[in-house]
Amino acid sequence: MVSADRVGYGPREPGRTNEQMCRPLLIALFAAATFGVAAPLPALAQEDTGPLRIEITEGVVEPMPIAVAPFFDAGGGAGMVARVQQVLTDDLTGTGLFRTIADQAQIAPPDSFDAPIAYEDWRAVNAEALVTGAVSVAGDVVTVRFRLYDVFSGQALGDGMQFDAPVDGWRRAAHKAADQVYSRLTGEAPYFDSRVVFVNETGPKDARLKRIGIMDFDGANQMWLTDDTTLVLSPKLSRDGKRLLYTSYETGFPRLMAMDIETMAEVEVPTDPQTMTFGPRFSPDGRWIIFSREQGGNTDIWQMDPSSGAARPLIEGPFIDTAPSYSPDGTRIVFESDRSGSPQLYVVSADGTGEPLRISFGQGRYGAPAWSPIGDLIAFTRQDGDRFHIGVFRPDGSEEKTLTESFLDEGPTWAPNGRVVMFTRQTPGGDGVARLHSVDVTGRNMRPVTIEGAASDPDWGPLLP
Amino acid sequence: MTTIWKSRTKPAAWLAPVLALVLALSACAAPPPPPLVVDPYAGAPGGGAVYTGPVPAGSLNGTAEYFRTNVGDTVLFDRDQTTLNDGARTVLARQAEWLQQNGSFSTVIQGHSDEQGTREFNLALGARRAGAVQEYLIARGVGANRIRTVSFGKERPAATCSDESCFAQNRRAVTVVQPGAGT
Repeated sequence: MVSADRVGYGPREPGRTNEQMCRPLLIALFAAATFGVAAPLPALAQEDTGPLRIEITEGVVEPMPIAVAPFFDAGGGAGMVARVQQVLTDDLTGTGLFRTIADQAQIAPPDSFDAPIAYEDWRAVNAEALVTGAVSVAGDVVTVRFRLYDVFSGQALGDGMQFDAPVDGWRRAAHKAADQVYSRLTGEAPYFDSRVVFVNETGPKDARLKRIGIMDFDGANQMWLTDDTTLVLSPKLSRDGKRLLYTSYETGFPRLMAMDIETMAEVEVPTDPQTMTFGPRFSPDGRWIIFSREQGGNTDIWQMDPSSGAARPLIEGPFIDTAPSYSPDGTRIVFESDRSGSPQLYVVSADGTGEPLRISFGQGRYGAPAWSPIGDLIAFTRQDGDRFHIGVFRPDGSEEKTLTESFLDEGPTWAPNGRVVMFTRQTPGGDGVARLHSVDVTGRNMRPVTIEGAASDPDWGPLLP
Repeated sequence: MTTIWKSRTKPAAWLAPVLALVLALSACAAPPPPPLVVDPYAGAPGGGAVYTGPVPAGSLNGTAEYFRTNVGDTVLFDRDQTTLNDGARTVLARQAEWLQQNGSFSTVIQGHSDEQGTREFNLALGARRAGAVQEYLIARGVGANRIRTVSFGKERPAATCSDESCFAQNRRAVTVVQPGAGT
């Protein structure tokens, strides 16, 4: 039996902080995405691109060539080594920022995890960075270690790190290692070790069955949180990822439901039964639930104290107000309203005081806003004619960028580091299918999330501890 | 004006039972034919039957099935619109009449949208459509306590293609009647 304090995801060899770390390799990751005036609008990530491949539709950013040397079995890890390495590699290449150098092109992989690095040989194959790793299994604990090297400067890039996880949680240890590599090479916060709630869809289009699932960000480890006997919509996680809010038609009418993710215990959030309520979200501090509430045909945004059930209107008027999203500091709310005649986005203070300020002025209709967890951007759905787009702009509506285009893209949600957006893309027609896709904030790297079956309404949870 | 037509034929007596046939056709059908009364005992003291008025609605048309197929349970909306057009008001006037004649029924009005739009806005749009129907029926004398509304947004399309021919069918409000007088 392994003692509990050995099982965890904390670094064994604490890495230096980003400031201390030498970062000669730090690539200008989102340089072209820095929203400078010179940044050209990236080409749109088009739909239906066939098999998985990185979409670099603009020649500005070349993926960085890195080598991942074959990981070592450091004891009992034989069955696990290749899988851990694959997850780490997929995480890194999935960003579109890196490409790996094939094993057979590697001239001199090290003999062991601790062997000195023949930098010259790695330079010869144009690897700019090298990742080495080792996996061991002892009892029910898997240990993943990695080191990262800057090939051109010929030195380690930060200290190596070790992650322990229960054997059946081996993917998380791999994601943690990949997160560190990503973070060191980009300067961005990590996001691979995170989970996403979503709606799984089956059945015909006019009688769709829906159930809420949760999965790793890459589609692995799917688990169902509701069954498909009741129509459910719009799952949203609390900021700590432990609680879930969603809309359920269990009574025949849309109602707010809450669930503890770990125990899967669900409770109805009490609301006036003479009204329709839908689309609940937690405030960032978890103290409030804001939701859409319909009465007499008109929909407003209400705020509730879930501990007492006391609720009050927050944003109201004789027009549709819906789809709210808090700023990460909890002081403001962006929402969708047709108060101007067509659906547009507005920002108002989180206590509802003051006049909502319209921030969307581009072509078409705007909806389903999502405020980035780092606060710098708001992602949204934009409908222009018969085409739908995912886009981003500053919280004041400036520096708008269109990231995607298709028959129907909607419902963006942010990776915990605020650099990638996941959304729903539905194909047209009677046999049209909804799938999850992700795109980075440059719009260059769009790809489907590889899961079985149709899915919609993703909500990306926090980076796991 | 109701005309009473008495048969002068010989009392073929038991051959012809009393027929008081009232065709309560819906407003969408042709005007009802004049009532036909066959009275074999006309003139006989203490016998015969006299037409005294239509059978109260409900004995023949007071079913949810009748409501669906003859009154019409669905009204359509123009693109992005939640106001009732002429066609919708015609159907709703019939619905109101039926609901008044069938006081033991309550109704749930389902509001729907086409798939062009975001999920939650479409829920709100469907709610507004259902609300417009509710308001109209109440104005036409249907008790507010007999009407509930629900929105399905774009979750339950009536037609599944992805062009205007289907979108137009999906922008709708459906009045579902059920036995029970409501709250």
